[in-house]
Amino acid sequence: MDILPILSTLRRHKITALLVIIEIALTCAIVCNAVFIISQRLDRMSMDSGVDEHRLLHIQLADIGDTKDKKSRTLTDLAALQQIPGVAEVASVMQVPFGNSSSNSGIKLDPKQKLSTLNATMYSGENLVPALGLQLVAGRDLRPDDFKDFDDVVRGAAAKDAKSLPQVIVITQNMAQRLWPGQQALGKQIYLMDYPMTVVGVVKELIRPSIWDDSAKSYSMIFPMRMARGEYVVRTKTPEDRERVLAAALAKLKEINPHRVVLKKHTFDDMRHDFFQNDRAMAGLLIGVCVALLIVTALGIVGLGSFWVAQRRRQIGVRRALGATRTNILRYFQTENFLLATIGIVVGMVLAYGINLLLMVHYELPRLPGIYFPVGAVLLWIIGQLAVLGPAMRAAAVPPVVATRSV
Amino acid sequence: MFGYYLDLAFHSLRRNQVLTALMVLAIAVGIGASMTTLTVVHLLSGDPLPGRSQAIFYPQVDADPKGKDANEPLDMLDYRTAVDLWSARRADRQALVVQSQVRLNTAEAGKPPVMTTMLSATTDFFSMFNVPFRYGGPWSEQDDAARARVVVITDDLNQKLFNGENSVGRTLRLRDSDVRIVGVLKPWRPSPQFYAVRGGRFAGGDTSDFYTRPEDVITPFFTGLEVNDGNFLQFTCWQMPERPGHLQNAPCVWVALWAQLNDAAKVAAYRRYVADYAAQQQAAGRFTHAGNTRLRDLMGWLDYNGVLPSNVRLQAWLAVAFLGICLVNMVGLLLAKFLRRSGEIGLRRALGASRAAVFTQYMVESGLIGLIGGAFGWLLTLAGLWFIRQQPVAYADLARLDVPMFMLTFLAAIGASLLAGMLPAVRACRVVPAWQLKTL
Repeated sequence: MDILPILSTLRRHKITALLVIIEIALTCAIVCNAVFIISQRLDRMSMDSGVDEHRLLHIQLADIGDTKDKKSRTLTDLAALQQIPGVAEVASVMQVPFGNSSSNSGIKLDPKQKLSTLNATMYSGENLVPALGLQLVAGRDLRPDDFKDFDDVVRGAAAKDAKSLPQVIVITQNMAQRLWPGQQALGKQIYLMDYPMTVVGVVKELIRPSIWDDSAKSYSMIFPMRMARGEYVVRTKTPEDRERVLAAALAKLKEINPHRVVLKKHTFDDMRHDFFQNDRAMAGLLIGVCVALLIVTALGIVGLGSFWVAQRRRQIGVRRALGATRTNILRYFQTENFLLATIGIVVGMVLAYGINLLLMVHYELPRLPGIYFPVGAVLLWIIGQLAVLGPAMRAAAVPPVVATRSV
Repeated sequence: MFGYYLDLAFHSLRRNQVLTALMVLAIAVGIGASMTTLTVVHLLSGDPLPGRSQAIFYPQVDADPKGKDANEPLDMLDYRTAVDLWSARRADRQALVVQSQVRLNTAEAGKPPVMTTMLSATTDFFSMFNVPFRYGGPWSEQDDAARARVVVITDDLNQKLFNGENSVGRTLRLRDSDVRIVGVLKPWRPSPQFYAVRGGRFAGGDTSDFYTRPEDVITPFFTGLEVNDGNFLQFTCWQMPERPGHLQNAPCVWVALWAQLNDAAKVAAYRRYVADYAAQQQAAGRFTHAGNTRLRDLMGWLDYNGVLPSNVRLQAWLAVAFLGICLVNMVGLLLAKFLRRSGEIGLRRALGASRAAVFTQYMVESGLIGLIGGAFGWLLTLAGLWFIRQQPVAYADLARLDVPMFMLTFLAAIGASLLAGMLPAVRACRVVPAWQLKTL
């Protein structure tokens, strides 16, 4: 196919050609960035939490806190929960992944440091590591003799009595690597509110209850503190047991103390679902916009193509009369669309990159990966070819006799 | 003439229905998408207290011993600072505000206790923020001072517990205390829930929680602290509090103070007063530094907290870009439509129609397409807002089309289509009459 005659024709139809180019360029720029944002959201939604999600339940009760015997109440609750058939592990905890509300603290490597090295979240609760199904990759789990009661720790911290505070701590692998890159974390000390704690164990992964910065999402520590705040994690033996165990657990807890209010009762799968609802809504909306955009662009090309064909009926007739085959005419329009689409894609890619730079500044999005450029180009070429097919076939159907009319 | 052009436009739209449908679709989809998101932006970024917001101020004083004058002060006040500033009564009106979760029992048998949200504020809260009452009214200043066991409830809660009847005088049980209802609000839904905004810079753009509903029960400030003692959450602490949840003497910030200052002189005086207070506390040894005080007005405070969720802003940009693409599309389609009728234009020109007349006629046609597209766009906007109302976000129930946005939908649709029609209409009126007549 000879490209030069097409180019010279295009030069005489600047506006129509320009419109097709602009349309493809804008679509390319916006769809590339939208798809990138969608993929970011999907990545976020499949974030590894480090806990055994499909076998976990979370129950939070209110108003057990101010009763005098809350420690023994908690023990009663835990014992009762443990006896429910299908329950593997239980723990009374301070906070859970996907729980949204969290306790966080600055960590120092040296007590003389002015600013904290990083900010990490604090998990605590006896039996927490097995109950959440965490994977220990180095060192040991917290032992019963490491544990202190939460109230004693609070009192000790207020009285500045270092002895009543936890001495050891378990942290995540990511946090260990951030604190001591390339080194063994076990045995090292961190300072929390100026009190030293020794790292005795490292777990593979445990995300924070609320994530406001994805790069710090797994800076978590587990403290040897016994909690008695009416927040429980139950790990079942199999995923199928969950619903039944949840119902049984609630019945049991109500039986022990009917005056409590159940604040939360859900499986971790539901918690993950709720936690990422904003991301899911945004991804859904963007997918809708992208599809609509591609359809609108395709319709636009169809419209312009038909107009163009109608405008050039005589020209086509002349070419047919001079011996051009139907295939020649079809190829002509397809090549023309390919050329326009190519220019549009090149402009669009530059634009896409520019928009991405803007988004990087304002929404802290990473750089657009290179793969989007070839994939986006192929997609737009295909859409362009499909859209021009109808008008091109209509052009090819123009009979040569048109040429003899009105010349 | 306009009537004639309108007639011609209708005629022309009917003649090529596929092309017309495509154009209407382009406008409708573009308008629908952009108006849906712009409506959300409009509803979320409005002034929650129109006419009064510039007189409402939020003082900040940095009590954190580790804080520095170079940093921003903490977002809330410690109890002592808040109460000191409040009791000095240097503003026209002022209110201490703190929120908590509380267990609510009702006298009605058979209903289990529920956890609900409680706002505790001093009585100026109602007059300062124009809170509307259906039954009864706010408590008095004496009630504040006497820690009276009284409560104001929202319309929502009144519907739930008393089927919307006048419940003034009836009793609720908040945790372990009986409180008497003195007022029931009319539906009141400030957007955002401005008096509870803080910590926006730590939210990473996910600020939709600033648009939640107001608390179900409102108690006098000091009453609330007594009734729900032990259940208050700190914004942040610089040391562990001795008794978690009881924060009156704790090294924590957790109370908000709002002040109404009706003129510039008062604002300047209050600003000076807050700075003097910090200096005086530093001299007394309670603060380690004193240069770090702020007095932002309401809109300034909302801005500082970036209340508009970044998702919403991103969607708005996207929708505007989308409208742009639909417009380019529309230009192409109109060009196709107008120039296809070159013969007709030539004939009209030959019969004496001026270029201006041809131009006007095509602009009328574009405007008509815009109007029809706007109508469909309006329906799409309603559908889009319905979709947003189904989303599990705090502002979902706010997503409704108000009158200004309804007008804007049509204005935008007609404006956009006129803009899109400009180029094709110019091209159309440049058609040379004689050349076209020859081809008829």
